[in-house]
Amino acid sequence: MSAAEEVEVVTEGQAVEAVPKRAMTLGYGTSLVVLAALILIPLFVKNFIIFQMTMLLIYGLAVMALNILTGGSGQFSLGQSAFYAVGAYTSAILMEHAGMNYALTLPIAGIVCFGFGFLFGQPALRLSGVYLALATFALATAMPQLLKLGYFEHWTGGVQGLVVTKPDAPFGLPLSQDMWLYYFTLVVTIAIYIASVNLLRSRSGRAFMAIRDNEIAASAMGVDVALYKTLAFGVSAGITGVAGGLGAIAVQFVAPDGYTIQLAISLFLGMVVGGVGWLPGSIVGSAFIIFVPNIAEGISKGLSGAVFGVLLFLVIFLVPHGARQVAIVAQQLAAKLKKN
Amino acid sequence: MSAIRQLAAIAAALSLVSAFSSAALAQKKYDTGASDTEIKIGNIMPYSGAASAYGVIGKTEDAYFRKINAEGGINGRKITFISYDDAYTPPKTVEQARKLVESDEVLMIFNSLGTPPNSAIQKYMNQKKVPQLFVATGATKWNDPKEFPWTMGWQPNYQSESIIYAKYILKNKPDAKIAVLYQNDDYGKDYLKGFKDGLGAKAASMIVAEDAYEVTEPTIDSHIVRLKASGADVFFNITTPKFAAQAIKKNNELNWHPLHFLNNVSASIGSVIKPAGFEAAQGIISSQYLKDPTDPQWKTDKGMIAWNEFLDKYYPDANRADASVMYAYTVAQGLEHVLRACGDNLTRENIMKQAASIRDLELGGLLPGIKVNTSATDFAPLSQLQLVRFKGETWERFGDILSGDVGG
Repeated sequence: MSAAEEVEVVTEGQAVEAVPKRAMTLGYGTSLVVLAALILIPLFVKNFIIFQMTMLLIYGLAVMALNILTGGSGQFSLGQSAFYAVGAYTSAILMEHAGMNYALTLPIAGIVCFGFGFLFGQPALRLSGVYLALATFALATAMPQLLKLGYFEHWTGGVQGLVVTKPDAPFGLPLSQDMWLYYFTLVVTIAIYIASVNLLRSRSGRAFMAIRDNEIAASAMGVDVALYKTLAFGVSAGITGVAGGLGAIAVQFVAPDGYTIQLAISLFLGMVVGGVGWLPGSIVGSAFIIFVPNIAEGISKGLSGAVFGVLLFLVIFLVPHGARQVAIVAQQLAAKLKKN
Repeated sequence: MSAIRQLAAIAAALSLVSAFSSAALAQKKYDTGASDTEIKIGNIMPYSGAASAYGVIGKTEDAYFRKINAEGGINGRKITFISYDDAYTPPKTVEQARKLVESDEVLMIFNSLGTPPNSAIQKYMNQKKVPQLFVATGATKWNDPKEFPWTMGWQPNYQSESIIYAKYILKNKPDAKIAVLYQNDDYGKDYLKGFKDGLGAKAASMIVAEDAYEVTEPTIDSHIVRLKASGADVFFNITTPKFAAQAIKKNNELNWHPLHFLNNVSASIGSVIKPAGFEAAQGIISSQYLKDPTDPQWKTDKGMIAWNEFLDKYYPDANRADASVMYAYTVAQGLEHVLRACGDNLTRENIMKQAASIRDLELGGLLPGIKVNTSATDFAPLSQLQLVRFKGETWERFGDILSGDVGG
C-alpha cells in the first residue's frame, strides 16, 4: 500500500480512521534527526525557551496518551484533563507533604492514574462514540471542583493550590534547573514513546486496533473486548498521569484552575492537529496548543480567541489529517526528488 | 597617565559613595527593562476564558500608559506596557511570566490578575528578584514582606473588609443572629475567615446559618430561602455581582429584611443595585474605597471629571459602569507615583523600596480621606474603607474611615 493510498483510507461509518500500525511511527533516519534536535537545541537557547520546550514534551506526552486511546483503540475522551490533574496532584502531594524524591513520584502518579483510568473504563465500556466523549467530559468538568472539596483541602491546598519545589540537577552536574528538568523530561518522554510504539506493535496493540476497526469482528476473533478497552483507558490515563506529574514539577504549582475542561479540549485538539493515530504527530499537536495561542495573541489581543479559531479552521480545512498528512506529502516530495 | 588613574580612582570612589548615600538620585541607575528612554512593564490578564470580564483592567491600564506617554512619559522615559493573556490558568501564567522576565526583559510585572495565577508565579518572581507589584487580587496573603519581599498587593484585602463589618455588628447589634452566604472559593472563604476572626469568640454563637454556593449555579434563590428559615436578623452577603443582584431581589420577594451587609466586590450601583431594583436595596450596608462612577453624587467631583476626560480621549469605548475601569485607572496612577518617586534610579530594588514608602497618597478615584500607605513592614497599600448605606439611588457614606490591616 503506498503512502498516498493510506491517506485515503477512511472507513465509512467510523469516527476514527484505521491507521495501519506501520504508519504509526517515523522512519529511523527522521527519528534520529528529531532526537538530535531535541538534545542539541537547549544548549543554545535561553532558559525560558528551554522551559517552553519542556512544556512541549509534557503536553506531547499527554497528547500521545490520548492518541493511544483514540487512534489505537478508537475510544474518545474529553476527560484527559482529569487524569492529568490526578497525576499532577499525586506528584505534588508526595513531594511536598511526604518529602519524596520527584523522580519517584512519577511512576506512582502513573500507577494511580492507571488504576483510576482502568476503573473509569469499566462503566465507560457500555458507551461508545459521542456518548463516551460526553461521559469523559463530565469527568473533566467535575475534577476541578473535586479538588476544591474541603475533605481533601489539607492535602490539596484547596483553591490556593500547592507550590512545588523545582529540583536541582543531581550529582553536582553543572546544569541549570530548567535544563536538567528538560533532559529529565526528554528521557522519560523517549522511554514512554518507545514503550508505546512497542505496545501498539504487540499483541495488545493489535487487539486495540482490531477493536477500533470492528468490535464485533474483534470479539469473534477471540479478543476480550471489555478487557482491552479498559486496558487502553488505563494505559492512556497512566501516561497522562506521568505527564501531569512532570507538568506539576515544571510549573512548580498545582491548582484546580489549571486543570479545567479547557485543558482536555486542548489535548484533544493537539491530537487532531497532530494526526489521529500517528504518534510522532503528538509533538506537533503539542506545539500547536502551546504556540498558536501566543501567535494569535500577537496578531490581536482583543480577538485572540477569534484569531485562534481562524487558524484552527485553516488547519482542519487544509490538512484535515493533521501533521501526518504534511509528513506524508513531504515524504513523497523527497522520493520524487530522489528519482529525478 | 597618572592623572587618568587618579580620575578613575575618584570616579570609583564617587560611585561607591553614591551607592551608599541618597546622592544616588543624581546618578542614573538601571536594571534590566529600564533605560534612558524606556521603562518596560509586564502584565498578565485573563483576556480569554472564564474570567475574561477582568480583561478590561489590562486595557484600561494600557490606555493610561498611552496617556502618560502622550504627555511626555515619566521623567522623560516612555512606558512600554506588555500585557499577555493567561486565560486564568496558572500553568499559562507561569509561561507568560517567564516570557516577560526572561525574553521581553521587563523591569517588573505589574497588577497581574487573580489569586491562583499570582500564587503560581510568586515563588518564581521572588527567586528572580523581579517586582510583582500591586497584584490584582484581594487575598490577604500578599501582605507578607518577610517571606516575599518582591510581591505587593494593592486593594483592601477581603479579610480586613469583613473585620470592619464584624466590628460594626459587635458594636451596634451585639445580640445579632447572623446568616452568611458565600461563594465556595478562595475569595468567599477569605471573607468568611475575616468575619469570624472579627467576631472572635462570639462567632460560633452569633452565626446561626452558613451556606455556600458554587459559582456555576444558575441561581441562588434556594440558598436565600434556607437562610431566611434560620430566623437570622443579620445577613452577610459574600457574593459576586450577578448573585448579589439575585440575593437582593429574592430577599425582597420573600419579604425578608435583615440588616444586610453586602461585600464591596458587589457594591456597584450600575451592575448590582440597579438590576436588583432600588426599592429592594434600601438600607443595605457595604463599604467602599473607590468612587462609584454610576453614583450621581460624584458628577461634579474633580477626580471623576479627570477620569471621564481620560476615558473620552484614550479609551472611549470603555463601559463606565464597570468598576474595573476605575480600579485599573487608580492602580495605574499608583504605579505612576512609584515610578516618578524612583527618579533616575530605576533598579528593581529601588522600585520595591519606593513602593514600600508611600505616605498618604491621595488619588482621584479614591473616596475622600482614603489614602495609600505602605512601609517596609506593610505591603498592603490600601487598607482603609468607609461604610456606606444605600439610600434613594445612591450610597450614603457614614462614620469614619475605617481600617482593618491584616497580614498574610
